[in-house]
Amino acid sequence: MAGELSGILEHVDRIAALDLDDVPPTSHVVALENALRADEPRPSWPVQRVLESAPDPADGAFRVPSPQAEA
Amino acid sequence: MSTSELLELSVARAAQRIAAGEISAGEYSEAWRGAAAGDELNAYLWRAEDDTGETEGPLGGIPVAVKDIFCTEGVPTTAASRILEGYEPLYTATAVRRLAGAGAEILGKTNMDEFAMGSSNENSAFGPVLNPWDRERVPGGSSGGSAAAVAGGLAPCAIGTDTGGSIRQPAALCGIVGLKPTYGAISRYGMIAFASSLDQCGPLTRDVTDAALLLSALQGRDPCDSTSVGIEGGVEAPRREDLAGLRFAVPSELARDQIDPGVRAVFEGTLERIERLGGEVAEAPLPHAEHGISAYYVIAPAEASSNLARYDGVRYGLREDAGDLVEMYETTRAEGFGDEVKRRIMLGTYALSSGYYEAYYGRAQRVRTKIATDFAAAFADFDFVVTPTSPSVAFRLGEKTDDPLAMYLNDFFTVPMSLAGIPAISIPAGLAAPEGGGAQLPVGFQIAAPAFAEQSLLEAAYALEREIGFDARPGG
Repeated sequence: MAGELSGILEHVDRIAALDLDDVPPTSHVVALENALRADEPRPSWPVQRVLESAPDPADGAFRVPSPQAEA
Repeated sequence: MSTSELLELSVARAAQRIAAGEISAGEYSEAWRGAAAGDELNAYLWRAEDDTGETEGPLGGIPVAVKDIFCTEGVPTTAASRILEGYEPLYTATAVRRLAGAGAEILGKTNMDEFAMGSSNENSAFGPVLNPWDRERVPGGSSGGSAAAVAGGLAPCAIGTDTGGSIRQPAALCGIVGLKPTYGAISRYGMIAFASSLDQCGPLTRDVTDAALLLSALQGRDPCDSTSVGIEGGVEAPRREDLAGLRFAVPSELARDQIDPGVRAVFEGTLERIERLGGEVAEAPLPHAEHGISAYYVIAPAEASSNLARYDGVRYGLREDAGDLVEMYETTRAEGFGDEVKRRIMLGTYALSSGYYEAYYGRAQRVRTKIATDFAAAFADFDFVVTPTSPSVAFRLGEKTDDPLAMYLNDFFTVPMSLAGIPAISIPAGLAAPEGGGAQLPVGFQIAAPAFAEQSLLEAAYALEREIGFDARPGG
């Protein structure tokens, strides 16, 4: 995969030759105005329902292995 | 009406007849479920067993094939990835809800390149989709299942997503109509994210009228997606029969671009048809379009590397247990993601890393500005920009899997419109033999328009579609 990635980056490197100094970057094409909704409480998903798709639910939470391997 | 007669109807005609009580929605839906059950193309990953019985609305009783990237409540949604195998979302994507609100029902979930990353459908964790015109060839991608289903008579219409050509290119390779609307025309809520500043939902249909009908139901502002703005004034069925007074730009650089001779011949023949309908064709420079692939394969992987961080084996989807937490993350992602997804995550994280950010991501964003500016300049003098949709007809399965860059270059003509956020449609324009010989295969003609000019785009495509009169079918 290293060879493939190098080949792709080589192609991408063609943009290094362009004069882009005074060009602003585009991160988003739609001109957006910030819109705030009313700050009112709404119902959210029941915890049990959300945990139905979890690989290892326990005590109303997502259980994961310990961050540190057991000694 | 016989089953084969029902399956012959366009979506617009079927909807009219169901509304008029001339055909039964139940029989129509059953006919399509029967057709979908005969899928030999691996186009479907899941199929509905029943109809909803809905007959009201502009799409009353119409079954729609839905790309498996749209979340559907209680129905498996995988994005064709092992990492989401068995996942059933809690909610349904806004696009699918809007179709249902117009009376349509889900016929099935269609196969695709994993997380929409690919141009051949060979990156699906559940096997490639076959092109109905030649089962040794790819249907295009990433919405290959949706395109093959419509072209192969397994669905009356479908929806897909297009990030750099994923609706238009498979539509072209399968000989159907594919429309990528303006970024923001349709809500992305519930659409599994690949590259959020580029992803857009759109229809894959047999004809332009059906594309307009689906777009009309799909488009609109959605409080759940702050980037959705809808199409002001909505969308109506196109009826224009000429192109008088309309100006079509062909990129000046096209003459030296690598295009198969058969595709070029169909493209040039289509330009003559535009002139016959009263349209004017002239060259216009789009000097930065050729850098579209470079910019796209930095921006899209960068956004993907961030979006795909959520698949970590904790909240849903696959978990591979191994040692401690970090090992669990690593093993889950190593087992769950396919090669192309890993390739793009690595490209994206590399392009965003502190030492390379400006050289890659920063520059790619500036190239994006240049491409958008080129289009804006062209649209000052022209109504549309036209190109072949794809430089070749459908290629053979396995032909480009060992060369990712060759695969990426397939998107040469579709990526610039995605970067500029503008709408573009691919319509079937004729047939051409593949390089190296073989039976003739469909060629797509791409028309791009200024942002939110979907109605005039559909009108022009409709007039041209009538003039072309494409009536070839797979296997016939």
